[in-house]
Amino acid sequence: MSKPVEHDYIGLSEQPLPSMEKRSGDTNAEKSGLRLKDTELRLGLPGSESPEREDRDQNVLSLKSFVSGAKRGFSDALDGGGKWVFAGGSGGGSEGLFSPRRGGNNNEGNDLSGSDSGLKDGVAPKPLVVQEKKSQVAAGNGNTAPASNRAQVVGWPPIRSFRKNTMASHPPKNDDNAEAKFGSGCLYVKVSMDGAPYLRKVDLKIYGGYKELSSALEKMFSCFTIGQCGSHGVSSRDGLSESRLKDLLHGSEYVLTYEDKDGDWMLVGDVPWEMFTNCCKRLRIMKSTEAIGLAPRAMEKCKNRT
Amino acid sequence: MHKKMAFSFPDEVLEHVFSFIQSDKDRNSVSLVCKSWYEIERWCRRKVFVGNCYAVSPRMVIKRFPEFRSIELKGKPHFADFNLVPDGWGGYVFPWIVEMAGAVPWLEEIKLKRMVVTDESLELIAKSFKNFKVLILSSCEGFSTDGLAAIAASCKNLKELDLRDCEVDDLSGHWLSHFPDTYTSLVALNISCLGSDEVSLSALERLVGRCTSLKTLRLNRAVPLDKVANILRRAPQLVEFGTGTYAAELRPDVYSDFAGAFSSCKELKSLSGFWDVVPDYLPAIYPVCSKLTSLNLSYATIQSPELIKLVSHCPNLQRLLVLDYIEDSGLEALASSCKDLQELRVFPSDPFGVEPNVSLTEQGLVAVSSGCPKLQSVLYFCRRMSNEALVTVAKNCPNFTRFRLCIIEPRTADYLTLEPLDVGFGAIVQYCKDLQRLSLSGLLTDRVFEYIGTYAKKLEMLSVAFAGDSDLGLHHVLSGCESLRKLEIRDCPFGDKALLANAAKLETMRSLWMSSCAVSFGACKLLAQKMPRLNVEVIDERGPPDSRPESCSVDKLYIYRTVAGSRFDMPPFVWTMEDDPSLQLS
Repeated sequence: MSKPVEHDYIGLSEQPLPSMEKRSGDTNAEKSGLRLKDTELRLGLPGSESPEREDRDQNVLSLKSFVSGAKRGFSDALDGGGKWVFAGGSGGGSEGLFSPRRGGNNNEGNDLSGSDSGLKDGVAPKPLVVQEKKSQVAAGNGNTAPASNRAQVVGWPPIRSFRKNTMASHPPKNDDNAEAKFGSGCLYVKVSMDGAPYLRKVDLKIYGGYKELSSALEKMFSCFTIGQCGSHGVSSRDGLSESRLKDLLHGSEYVLTYEDKDGDWMLVGDVPWEMFTNCCKRLRIMKSTEAIGLAPRAMEKCKNRT
Repeated sequence: MHKKMAFSFPDEVLEHVFSFIQSDKDRNSVSLVCKSWYEIERWCRRKVFVGNCYAVSPRMVIKRFPEFRSIELKGKPHFADFNLVPDGWGGYVFPWIVEMAGAVPWLEEIKLKRMVVTDESLELIAKSFKNFKVLILSSCEGFSTDGLAAIAASCKNLKELDLRDCEVDDLSGHWLSHFPDTYTSLVALNISCLGSDEVSLSALERLVGRCTSLKTLRLNRAVPLDKVANILRRAPQLVEFGTGTYAAELRPDVYSDFAGAFSSCKELKSLSGFWDVVPDYLPAIYPVCSKLTSLNLSYATIQSPELIKLVSHCPNLQRLLVLDYIEDSGLEALASSCKDLQELRVFPSDPFGVEPNVSLTEQGLVAVSSGCPKLQSVLYFCRRMSNEALVTVAKNCPNFTRFRLCIIEPRTADYLTLEPLDVGFGAIVQYCKDLQRLSLSGLLTDRVFEYIGTYAKKLEMLSVAFAGDSDLGLHHVLSGCESLRKLEIRDCPFGDKALLANAAKLETMRSLWMSSCAVSFGACKLLAQKMPRLNVEVIDERGPPDSRPESCSVDKLYIYRTVAGSRFDMPPFVWTMEDDPSLQLS
């Protein structure tokens, strides 16, 4: 193999910094003439092509071009990709994600490696400076959720979980819609698996139903059943192993259970999804042998609830 | 020739001199003067600060500083606060406790931030350090009330137990009863993070009653308001107090009981808590307001008129945390009542709503900047901003050390001109020459990074989201910000070029976080090769990065300098880029 050639990356020329006072009318077009493409820098690793960069100018927002560009970009991502979390569309919480490729929250149902050209998509599906546009975009992607809540981006706005959970569980009394708003922000519950060395957290609001939740959990915990989650960080996941976990979950070895607001452990799946997200406090992937006698009580309990 | 005599003082004298030097930076400088100063300093350093627990190993720390009594460790990257770091990433304190248990038996203080602390760790602390005094866990997780019970039972000299913002598995409220009846040394107790399960109130009352030196007490939400009076009456010497839920039936006897207990606390300077506020109970704290320097109302869902009344009673306020219910009008009132204000944090009451639910805009920030000459630290969530406002704020407050602005909708432009907010933030960095921490938001191009690289010479921490156009932006920051220690970036179009061009800079910083950017796997490997003293960690839950083309972007990237090499406690979704033998560099 040939020795990789090092390139001088410091070919980025500096332009004199304009004084800040005369900033009016600085549009995208007059932006610094510096285009990295022009300097023809490449990574230079043997056997790899450096990613072609999309012309970024399209994506730097000027209001005029913004709306149509954004809509196109977002729905392209939708059409191109696999199934999306909000395909289930059960109202409220399932707006789905802003960052279409990956939200860092385990919606691995869609494998994007095919469409992934190594770019961060310049897709900028929002900054709705004008309010109506928001519902347009929302409608444009087939989302049935009401436009009263912005689509969720993981970790944005940057508010700690403690604050989110505190405000969500006891919304301000004067604000009638608060429960709907803050409450639908996110709902992180802990997920433990018998035998796994650590817990995970999932946001129940991003799943449309049981199927999506189950498949996300399968992906998240598949490494544990394969026994590769040691301290050396080598995971030999492959298709075979994932389907093995699926069999495990759907078969007899593990069941998915949850602790409800009363502290009782129930089997997941017996009650309507909305009811489940309202009363689920935490999840546990339990060995079936330990889960005897859980199922029958679920429906009864919920019937007794007002 | 006139030679200067080098006086060599006896070691004890130098040690005595060094004992007046507390800051880490200064101690580090002292240790660089010469070998003998290095030696003397290392034997007398009592407080060790490790900003990244993976930058050094516990053994190395103990070897260099054999006699430390206090250690502060930080674990996960800051963005873990916003759920961007998957669980299981790391930050385990247990290995540190194990090493220190054997080698530093006189350890007195442990301060941890964003680390995973297990009950086993807490039990080991309780068992190993006979003179243990201070445990401060900030944003930590992994432990339950069982671990706390072990601390309570064994640490006879405990002075401080502070669990701010922790996630605790609330198994039982009875852990408090594990403090023996003979135990009286508590000075500070912060249990505000504990869940809705009740803490044993009688145990709490007895504890407070016998700890006559108690100065700080922050209760959790589960403590009802009508019980607070009993607690306050037992601790009139309190300086810092956090209420539990601030709601109770509107009964005159309950009110007067509570108000009476409150007014007996003549030393109170700081108040917090205020969950579920019933406004009619607010006047109970008016008598103590004139002495208050710190007020945390950030969970108080009260409206602007009540907030205005409250702050107008607090002329000595230096620090205010509040929800955006305060609105612009409330901030104007604040600006005219609280001339000593140094720190302001305004949190959103409805961060996920599309329509603004309150009238809080850039005007409120401008008002405070204009009326409060000592303002140094700002965290402000709002829905609109203008360059004009930011320039005004910058000119009003050249003393800013921390400025964090979060415009809730990403990439929001200047609402007046529809331009990017580059100029506004540019003014902030230009006028505020001592700025140490900056968080950006709104519509921003590479230009804002040019300004930052040019002017923000004292900037130590920068947070960037949904900003910039190209690698040039990142290049400006890495090449221009001389004091930069921590850089965290999400959802920006920054890729390989700027990173590789500034590889050497990364070793002068504590860490760099980049998520949802455009850094390729190949670049990560190359960077790791060029910079052996950096750990380049790829966090990717889609599976091993080498199962995709090298040009594929990694999901999350965390780069930090270290003298401890790669870590061994990584979960399956984290890969450290190490020397790749297949590249065969000669």
